Formats: sequence, C-alpha cells, structure tokens
Amino acid sequence: MISLRGLSKSFGASAVLDGIDLDIADGERVVVIGPSGTGKSTLLRCLNFLDRPEAGTITVGDVSVDAARASKRDVLALRRATAFVFQNYALFANKTAKENIMEALVTVQGRPRAEAEAKALEVLAETGLAEKADSFPAALSGGQQQRVGIGRAMAIGAELMLFDEPTSALDPEWVGEVLDLMRRVAERRQTMLIVTHEMQFAREIADRVVFMEGGRVVEQGPPSQVLDAPQDPRLQRFLRRVG
Amino acid sequence: MRGLDLDYMLGLVPVILGYVPLTLFMAVAAMACALVLASLLAVERVIKVPGLDWLVVLFISFFRGTPLLVQLFLFYYGLPQVLSFLTQINGVTAAIMGLTLHFSAYMAEAIRAAITGVDRSQWEAAQSIGMTQGQMMRRIILPQAGRIAAPTLVNYFIDMIKGTSLAFTLGVTEMMGATQKEASGSFLYFEAFLVVALIYWIMVELLNQGQKRLETQLNRAYAR
Repeated sequence: MISLRGLSKSFGASAVLDGIDLDIADGERVVVIGPSGTGKSTLLRCLNFLDRPEAGTITVGDVSVDAARASKRDVLALRRATAFVFQNYALFANKTAKENIMEALVTVQGRPRAEAEAKALEVLAETGLAEKADSFPAALSGGQQQRVGIGRAMAIGAELMLFDEPTSALDPEWVGEVLDLMRRVAERRQTMLIVTHEMQFAREIADRVVFMEGGRVVEQGPPSQVLDAPQDPRLQRFLRRVG
Repeated sequence: MRGLDLDYMLGLVPVILGYVPLTLFMAVAAMACALVLASLLAVERVIKVPGLDWLVVLFISFFRGTPLLVQLFLFYYGLPQVLSFLTQINGVTAAIMGLTLHFSAYMAEAIRAAITGVDRSQWEAAQSIGMTQGQMMRRIILPQAGRIAAPTLVNYFIDMIKGTSLAFTLGVTEMMGATQKEASGSFLYFEAFLVVALIYWIMVELLNQGQKRLETQLNRAYAR
C-alpha cells in the first residue's frame, strides 16, 4: 500500500506539487499524464527523495516518512522501498550490464555476490539481454540500456517501481521493446507508478490514469473513463492536443 | 673546451641505476599515500563537511602556496625541534611525508574537478537505489572521476619522481645524492649530472608510454 498525503514541493516561488493526495493499492498500475511542467516527474522524484518535498507524508509499505523532518535514515529506507527507472537510463557507466543489476543487491541489500550474480543473470535473461551481461552501457543501444535500467529496478524487488518517462529519450525504433518489457513487469502485478506520454500504452496497462495539472491531481479513474470520457475541461483540452 | 669522458659516463650508469629502486620506492609510496589523502580532501571539498571545510581549504592553500623544498626542510629539520617524537624520523620517511602532503594538495584539486565532472545521472542513480553517500562515492563517483583525472594524476606522479631528487637535501643517498657524491670525487660534474638527467628522462618517458596504455585501458568501458 502506497499513500501520499499533502505532498508539496516548490522551486523558488512556484509550487510544483501543491498538496498531492494519492493512494495506490498493492499491484496497482497507475499512469500519470498531463502537460509538461505540471509536476509529474517531480512527484516521482519526491517519492524517491531525489527532490526533497517540503511537506506531506509518504508511506510505502512499512516505511512512512514525514517530508518536513525526514532524517537520513528515513530517506534511505524510502529509497530502498522504491525502484526508479530514469528517462536517460542512468546506468552506472563504470559497470557492466550485469554489475549494474548486482550493485544494489550487493552494496545496499548486502546479499552474497554469487547470489546477486545469479539474480542479475536471471533478470538479464528476462529482459532478453543475456548475451550483453558483460557489455558496458556505452556499448549498448538506447533501448538495451533502458531494458537494463528496468532490469536493475526489477532485481531490487521493491514495493513500488517508479518510471519517469522511460521512453521519452529513446529513438522511435527502440520504444516498442521497452514498452514490451514494461508490459511483462506489469503482468506480475508489480505496483507501478508511471509517467508517460504513450497514451496507447497507458490505456493498455493502467488500472488507473491520473491527470495532473498545475501541481494538482485534477482527475483520475480507469483509462476508459479518464481517456474516453474526460470530465474536466483541462483534461479534455490536453487529450485533444496529444490525441 | 674539453671532450666528454664517455668511459666515465658509461661506468657511472650502473652506479646510479642502483639507486633507481629507492627513488621509485619513495615516489610510489608517496603517490599511494597522496592518492588516498587527495581523494579524502576532494570528497570533503565536494560535500563540504561543516566545520572541516575551512581546514581543508587552509591545508590545500598552504601546501600549494609554499615550495616543496621549504616544506621538506620544515618537516625534517624544523618539526623535530617542536615535536620531540619526530626526532627518530629518517630522511626517506620525511621525504615521503613531504611529497605526500605537497602533492595531495594539487591532486585534491584535480580529483575535485573530476568529481564535479561526473554526470549528474550517476549520482541520482546511486541515490535512487539507496546507497549511502560513502558507498556512492567509493563505488560509482570516484572510479569515474579517477578516469577523468588519470592523465593529470600521472603528470603529478612524474613530477613526484623528479621531486624525490630533493630528498638528497635531507641527507638521503638516492639517485641525485649518489651522483653528487660521485661528481665531487671525480670533479666531472658535467658528465655525472648529464648521466643522472638522462636516467630521469628515460624513466619519465617510460612512464609516458605506460600512461598511454593506462588510458586505453580505462577508456575501454566507455568505448562504443
């Protein structure tokens, strides 16, 4: 169970997140849509404390953090309960595909190397990259890098997986393979919070679509309702623009 | 005008080569210590530990702002007068200490610049998986910064090898000290110092070759 209450964040004078309340059930797949600059990415980054929220509470499973007085320990606990997939992949450039996946297991979770390596190879096989285990990121295509990035997040076994526009930086030819992998992750009832502009994909895998604008949740519901029968004029305008 | 005494020079080569191990020992020991110290100083400069930062700034400023020879004299001849436990310190140890402190100040700045040159995404990825700051530095940031800083650091190592010649002023008989002794016996100063100069030069050139190979090695991970 993931629960956000009154999550707020501003950059300078402008509020990017204006008191977000959001609950996500275990295994639920939530897709966040909205115009750019409305705080979608900031919402994900605050959940991981890559950006520090100013107020509100974040609960992910057993970890509950009050943003206003989060200690170093709270931040680490929250980061360990979540896994982040970056728009620009952000693979560790000094580590191979396999080592990228092993890193969190060995260094953060303290698992034995052999066990972590077996897990990494298993995940690589699932992402279809078994033969790239010993390749460094620079030798991989954008699509392959992002699949390793998703594999890295999968291996952690986190309560919640966060996807920050995972296909936006990709050449069109690589988008399909990344979305395919995300579908496979979704099939396992992994709890996912996804920011994306891929409307067709959202329609396919989302249990719920959340429309954000101006740092607030404006409308939410199942894809059939939000995407096909939007109520709020702002959502209607947005869908006409992207549709 | 007289001709060079080539026989004397050739005879001197093996004598001076006998002191190469000591010179290399001092340089390698000082480099190893300086790398550790410089990394610590650089990390501190990046994350700025409250209450410690000004001390690090002062340290770097002092050791970059004063000549190496003055620092060596200060350690070897000066400090034992105020810190009695240092009276036992020998020239080799003092030279290694001096070289370490002096070069770590320069290397800290090079490593600090390299750390800030590591892409922002690398920091965020490390944070996102829940690494502590120490883990992030040790496993992700410093290795990548090391690659960026490697050419500069090899240059400092070359400077350090040449810097070991100053240990002769602390009474250490290393390459330079040995040459000085030989020359004052034979009065063939030009020949003697020419031989030692050539030997330093060849050592540095060999290192330059090694540097090229090291860079290829380090860049392997980043090659497409």
